Amino acid sequence: MSDLNGDNLADVNPVLLEYIDERIHAEINERYNTFHSRLEQTLKDCQSGEAKTSNRATIVVFSGDMDKLIAAFIISTGAVAMGMDVSMYFTFWGLTALKKKTIIKGKPITEKLMGILLPSGPAHVGTSKLNMLGMGPMFFKYVMNKKNIETLPDLISLASEMGIRMVGCQMSMEVMGITREELIDGLDYGGVTTYLTDASDSKLTLFI
Amino acid sequence: MADKHLDCKNLKCPMPVVRISRAIKELSPGQTLSVEATDLAFEADLKAWTQKMGCEMVEFADDGQIQQAIIRKG
Repeated sequence: MSDLNGDNLADVNPVLLEYIDERIHAEINERYNTFHSRLEQTLKDCQSGEAKTSNRATIVVFSGDMDKLIAAFIISTGAVAMGMDVSMYFTFWGLTALKKKTIIKGKPITEKLMGILLPSGPAHVGTSKLNMLGMGPMFFKYVMNKKNIETLPDLISLASEMGIRMVGCQMSMEVMGITREELIDGLDYGGVTTYLTDASDSKLTLFI
Repeated sequence: MADKHLDCKNLKCPMPVVRISRAIKELSPGQTLSVEATDLAFEADLKAWTQKMGCEMVEFADDGQIQQAIIRKG
């Protein structure tokens, strides 16, 4: 009998050899059992989790820039096409994407001012770069039209047509002086917990 | 011959997959959908889409201008 190095083991005490064997077996058994129980636990988690984990994507739309809004809507419509449920939360500048009109009458002076200074809807938003006092968006719209890329208003109507859940953030609506009458139909309204409930249940969350 | 044909030529991301996801709903499992597209990301997007949706890309051909794919619903 010899070991891996070819050294003769015949001189080694057989009791010691037996002891070593025993220890090795015990060690292997222990590791195997730990591994096995972990594997079983993981399998159980997977099986029970399957029903729980939804296939949802949640996007916070914070930006009111045309380019970023286009990205948000391309991702959300693409996600629905991939079989996902999608929630979009519109807050602060992002609310512009949902505007159908601007109401000035009957608002306090600060909100009137906001209404005048902010874009009146998704067709009138600026770009995050190369805005150049509104020349940029015109240029982009021209290029996108030439290349047959969906415009922002098209993407927004596509999104609601596809059943994307769109939620307006009530708090930022109040900050921006935007009322529900100014936003498109079919929206939900909520606060941070509405967002967090969907987000914690989502496979994908983005802040745009 | 595919059971349904879809023309996605000149459509840009995300419209091809949006149209495909709609068209495939009208088919029953095992039926096929043929798609023509010109978007340069079409092959990559379609591969990802079929994988995710449990469909199979049976055929894909690209003549340099128009890409043709046949998808079997899973």
